Amino acid sequence: MNKPYNHTTATLALAKASFRSIMRSPSAVVFTLAFPLIFILVFGFLGGGGVKVDLAVAPGSDVQNPVMQALENTAVIRLIKDKNNDEIQNELEKGHYAGVINIQKSGIEKPEYLANVSYSAASIDKGNILKSVLNNLMYTLNSKDLKPAVAEIRESTVQGRTYRTIDFILPGQLGFSLLSTGVFGTAFVFFNLRQTLVIKRFFATPVRRSSIILGEGLARIGFALLGAVFIIVVGHFFFNFTLIHGVTTVLNMLILSIIGLVVFMGFGFVVSGIAKSESTIPPISNIITLPQFLLSGTFFSIDNFPSWLQPISKALPLTYLNDAMRLIAFEGAGLWDVRQQILIMLIWGIGIYALAVKVFKWE
Amino acid sequence: MDQPHAIISVRNLIKNYADFNAVKGISFDVYNHEIFGLLGPNGAGKTTTLEIIETLREKTSGEIYVDGLSVDKDANAIKRIIGVQLQAAGYYPNLNLVELLELFAGLYGVKVKPMEMLEKVNLQDKAKAKYKALSGGQKQRFSIATTLLNSPKIIFLDEPTTGLDPQARRNLWDLISEIRDQGTTIVLTTHYMDEAEQLCDRVAFVESGKIIALDSPDNLIDQLISSGFERKKEVKKANLEDVFINLTGQQWREG
Repeated sequence: MNKPYNHTTATLALAKASFRSIMRSPSAVVFTLAFPLIFILVFGFLGGGGVKVDLAVAPGSDVQNPVMQALENTAVIRLIKDKNNDEIQNELEKGHYAGVINIQKSGIEKPEYLANVSYSAASIDKGNILKSVLNNLMYTLNSKDLKPAVAEIRESTVQGRTYRTIDFILPGQLGFSLLSTGVFGTAFVFFNLRQTLVIKRFFATPVRRSSIILGEGLARIGFALLGAVFIIVVGHFFFNFTLIHGVTTVLNMLILSIIGLVVFMGFGFVVSGIAKSESTIPPISNIITLPQFLLSGTFFSIDNFPSWLQPISKALPLTYLNDAMRLIAFEGAGLWDVRQQILIMLIWGIGIYALAVKVFKWE
Repeated sequence: MDQPHAIISVRNLIKNYADFNAVKGISFDVYNHEIFGLLGPNGAGKTTTLEIIETLREKTSGEIYVDGLSVDKDANAIKRIIGVQLQAAGYYPNLNLVELLELFAGLYGVKVKPMEMLEKVNLQDKAKAKYKALSGGQKQRFSIATTLLNSPKIIFLDEPTTGLDPQARRNLWDLISEIRDQGTTIVLTTHYMDEAEQLCDRVAFVESGKIIALDSPDNLIDQLISSGFERKKEVKKANLEDVFINLTGQQWREG
């Protein structure tokens, strides 16, 4: 016993052990990486396409004409060719096709072509889109050589950064990943360490309680940051997730992740303290995570919620994490710009840790 | 006999829980380099007494010194010179034995080679195994390895042989004797009188929170005999366990 006891060594030994353990725990990997990644993949591939309506081309229809060319160039319309009448009829009845078009030479000079269109009553809204697209298209074609009699539309689009689905979905998934890692991970680990007397055995060594909490926290933060980097990298390189200031943006997001995770771990400590058995951890944790999953703007903007629901949404900590993440990633805000969101998260943190100190059990 | 040096001294130890009195004024000394046994039925207060000495539990009253250190004031200093094996303790999940020993080395703040520790308890072949995958005897040997990391002056073993088969028990007795021979004091609890008789230098019988007898196994037996006690059945030169060991062999059969 010549040299003094080093608490840092003990804390780091615990962090290392905990990190190894987390990396080998299937549930941690699934919650932190697989779930968010699956959502990002799904929405990444879904996003960007916009609305499409299917328009069948009747067999025997003339295809070498200006109308057809114009339809081919319309992004909203997907032309379905090479189907026979029965198949088309079948799909129309099911509402899979918005309509069918049959273009024939009229045999007279003007108009040169006749376009017969039948819409599907089984898909009114797609039919309406199709109707207006066709009207617009015909008007453009027919009035090509005419001077407008009343007024001419001059359209232009303001150039901006493309806001893709991924720009909305990824920060939400990142936030949710942090929430589940913080709540489920912390709750299970401390409950199990307590139940299996691992913590009691630790107490027979000179380690301090704060070292145990800190070591576990460091491991969890390390793991969650690894997950966050992975999610951001996949989002950025495969789905063009916007990172306005590149690496600086990523660093800001990671700092924000740490703040969020520390707050969410507080919930985990509370759950581990109040759970009576291992099987009560998932339901209690879900009571905390599911409402935030649905109401904190993970999938949909909370602006779309009914007005009575909005105050609830605006009370949840994940709402502010998601909000701040999006501002940082897409609008290039700095951490100081999102101080209000951070402040609200910190207030949650103070409240939840005050509760955790009361209900947390070591033995 | 010289007055031996007491490395642990317990005076008037009392532990009251809300609804019952677990320890009712126990006093005893544990001498340096001995194997000291606390014997008694379940609920007698053995584990409570042990955990209070290990600084894991608060006492109600009494005085306890471990190598001259008070459990009230120097709990952390005591933890550095003792090794503790708990009854039914688990280990950190998902780690193998080497990683667990690295963790404990960090917790004790010592530098040790995990493989050397595993060799001491004959588990070098299980270095990459998880604790859960070990047999009962292997688990106990590993637990003992974790108590030796900080080269402690005293180790505490709470029912180390409960649930083990005869070979594993005898194997563990050998290990415990070896550790004592290397200069470590050992305090253990057990239900098995044959174990106490073979292993312990001195034993204390604990019953309902009190010590009802304390001496070497030999003296205790002699006292009983001198009081006129006789076994109903004449003792043979071997017992059924000797038959079992003789038939199944001394070697370990764990897996």
